[in-house]
Amino acid sequence: MKDMACSSGSCESGCYKDNSDAGAEEENQQSFKNEPPNGVATGNNGVNRHNLCIKCKSNETIAATNPTAAAFAAGGDGGRFCAECFRSNLFGKFKFAVTSNAMISPSDKVLVAFSGGTSSRVALQFVHEMQCKAQKNFDASRDRSLPVFGVGVAFVDESAVYPVSSQQLDDAIEDMKLIVSNLTPKRKVFHVIPTASIYSSDLGEGKDRLRELVNAVSDVTGKEDLMLYLRMLSLQKIALENGYTKLLLGSCTSRIACHVITATVKGQGYSLAADIQYVDSRWGVPVVLPLRDCLTQELSMLCCLDSLKTVEVLDTPRSGINGLVSSFVKLLQEENASRECTIVRTAGKLTPFDFNRMPVSGDLSCNLASLRRQKKYNLKLNELLPPESFCPICNSPLSKSNLLSLNDVENGQLSAETFGAKCCLSCLFQILPKERSSVEHFYSFLPQPIIAQAKNDNHCNRRWLR
Amino acid sequence: MEEEAGVVKPKKNGGGRLCSLCNQRRPALKRPKTLEQICKECFYTVFEEEIHRVIVDNQLFKPGERIAIGASGGKGFIYLLLWFSYRRISNELLVYLNLVDSTVLAYVMSELNRRHNYGLDLFLLSVDEGITGYRDDSLETVKRNEIQASELGQMSMKGSRSMYGLPLKVVSYKDLYGWTMDEIVKIIGLKNNCTFCGVFRRQALDRGAALLKVDKLVTGHNADDIAETVLLNILRGDIARLSRCTSITTGEEGPIPRCKPFKYTYEKEIVIYPCHLLFTYAYFKRLDYFSTECIYSPNAYRGFAREFIKDLERLRPRAILDIIKSGEDFRISTSTKMPEQGTCERCGYISSQKWCKACVLLDGLNRGLPKLGIGRSRGPNGDRQREMKESNGTRNIQSKQCGTLDF
Repeated sequence: MKDMACSSGSCESGCYKDNSDAGAEEENQQSFKNEPPNGVATGNNGVNRHNLCIKCKSNETIAATNPTAAAFAAGGDGGRFCAECFRSNLFGKFKFAVTSNAMISPSDKVLVAFSGGTSSRVALQFVHEMQCKAQKNFDASRDRSLPVFGVGVAFVDESAVYPVSSQQLDDAIEDMKLIVSNLTPKRKVFHVIPTASIYSSDLGEGKDRLRELVNAVSDVTGKEDLMLYLRMLSLQKIALENGYTKLLLGSCTSRIACHVITATVKGQGYSLAADIQYVDSRWGVPVVLPLRDCLTQELSMLCCLDSLKTVEVLDTPRSGINGLVSSFVKLLQEENASRECTIVRTAGKLTPFDFNRMPVSGDLSCNLASLRRQKKYNLKLNELLPPESFCPICNSPLSKSNLLSLNDVENGQLSAETFGAKCCLSCLFQILPKERSSVEHFYSFLPQPIIAQAKNDNHCNRRWLR
Repeated sequence: MEEEAGVVKPKKNGGGRLCSLCNQRRPALKRPKTLEQICKECFYTVFEEEIHRVIVDNQLFKPGERIAIGASGGKGFIYLLLWFSYRRISNELLVYLNLVDSTVLAYVMSELNRRHNYGLDLFLLSVDEGITGYRDDSLETVKRNEIQASELGQMSMKGSRSMYGLPLKVVSYKDLYGWTMDEIVKIIGLKNNCTFCGVFRRQALDRGAALLKVDKLVTGHNADDIAETVLLNILRGDIARLSRCTSITTGEEGPIPRCKPFKYTYEKEIVIYPCHLLFTYAYFKRLDYFSTECIYSPNAYRGFAREFIKDLERLRPRAILDIIKSGEDFRISTSTKMPEQGTCERCGYISSQKWCKACVLLDGLNRGLPKLGIGRSRGPNGDRQREMKESNGTRNIQSKQCGTLDF
């Protein structure tokens, strides 16, 4: 079972190990179109023994029933599982990540970041299924002590920076609306947030400032990374404004493996451990990554199997260092199917930060009912550690050596000159312009949250959003 | 001088520009590490001064110490060829390639020792693997071309004294183990032969250093090598090695610590360093190229990550230093269990097992079971582990086989 979860016998990254309650989860709303009824499958037993699912040993494998879907994970789960077992296994990994890290509690309002791609599509689907189940339990329970968590969906519209025709964008947004509205019974709010909204309510002006800011960055990789940080700011803003308590991202193993290598290559070894944990509460709204143990191939396969509609828009190929690393990791994964798992597992052994666990809510009473339901595998961390200091651009914790150079400007006023000294070395190199005049230009277009972060950071505090 | 300028300075149109460091002379090359246009003189100065700073800042040596300079084999020389062809130097040039790393190391070490009064006794230490056509042929070619080896910054592998008057010690696999690599390859084939060579070389260097009675061994590992090791350790999930692969000195608890003065020095710069010497000394001599990658392992596994590092460097030269920085900054808890260190019962070399890896491999060779010790086969160590489990399960022994074999 462990093997199946990660395609690697040595994977210890918290895979779904126990299949005892997997059956319970299978009462899903969707049926498997391509799957033969049990009777048929058993009828074929004698002929196709090697095509049987290694878990239930009664149904045919995906490779036999749905070659198109199986092609997503060549030589992987497609040849070993039947659709149903594959699905429950994948959902199991998600569920295990959610419950063991206390990602979602009944009183939560969860915002799912949805790009339209396979990973976030599956994340959305799984969250929806969890919500349905919670609703069912709620309806069935007598005391109604456990409320059902709320779900919202957010799409970040980056069309101000990445070229896309307005027609295409409108179509894509319509498609996403349809996807979200089909996830019933509980209604989910769908938010579309233009990146420019981090500036002001006046989108036109914000768009211009955003373009100026991004164009001031000369490095392609830096530009792409800056957009990534701004995307997070946009999501945080919308989450905060609408009272969401968790921000759920669809980052899968493959994406995280790429991040491990890119961060290493960019010299962000110190802060790397912060970005790859299940929980990241350095933000105003804690960020959770429940698909951390799922490979992109598995997610694509599920989308194909269940005909989950995905929307491809603003899906530009990664460039610069990021692009190089993506193709390198892809190559490695093709050569060895457990490579991405190994990379994430290695990085997982780095010591996480204090904020990589769920913050304990001050109001305990409302959580009491849910607390006893949670299996907390929270990290034991040293409470005595001094609080971290963060880079205002990428929000990564700064290492000691980085902090030393920061002390010199600690007391001065924040200005274009002193701003650079507050950034991590990586942002300093790839995002901040080199010449003084361009720095001033860049600085004048920074959005408020970044400036606020730089100002407040004098005393190592990242609570500006709260 | 027309041609020389064309060789080292690809852009002639930069007419009036001056070296970005001294602002006096015309730039002769783009420095690989920083992409600055600098002159030849400044290149030498920064190259040597950076190494000096690394030595001083990390207190690598104490006055009066005896230091062996390990002459490791050649790596990355195919790349060097590409580099030269890119620079449009025709094949009129011989670079005694397989010794570039260690030759530069020897030259720079003796130069800095003299210039900054380190007060070190330097020795050259080389390992003869016994691969026909690897080291021997290189020597032959040198003779054939009648190049004065000392001028080119080369050293004779077989002579007892070499350039700069540094004493040279050659230890051979044949003497130490009774086998040459050629003989080993005959038995084991081209698969896994690197296991033997790697394990034997490491121990051979230590034994040679012990024979020379030195206090430290310096090796020519450069920034590219270390960046590559960091990546490989991430790729294979080896957190213990990841935590120590970036330290500049290793094995301090052992008898002969090793250090890497080239830790922050780019391979590209090491490679062009002697070339500039070459232009000064032997410019008009007719020379020819050859590459000396190990003939048994033309593209060893490391090549994979190597290629990636080179791609990164092309895109962003700083990436190599950034990877090393990441490697140094990784938050790895020190409580991670480290293997217990003992000594080999047979030869007394450091070993975490009953027998050291070289003895296990050698034992296999001598008994006609060359696969012994490769992969997860059972050698004397495997038997011992089983015994341990049966007798007392309390003592903590490393369950992992010698890590150098994995991958």
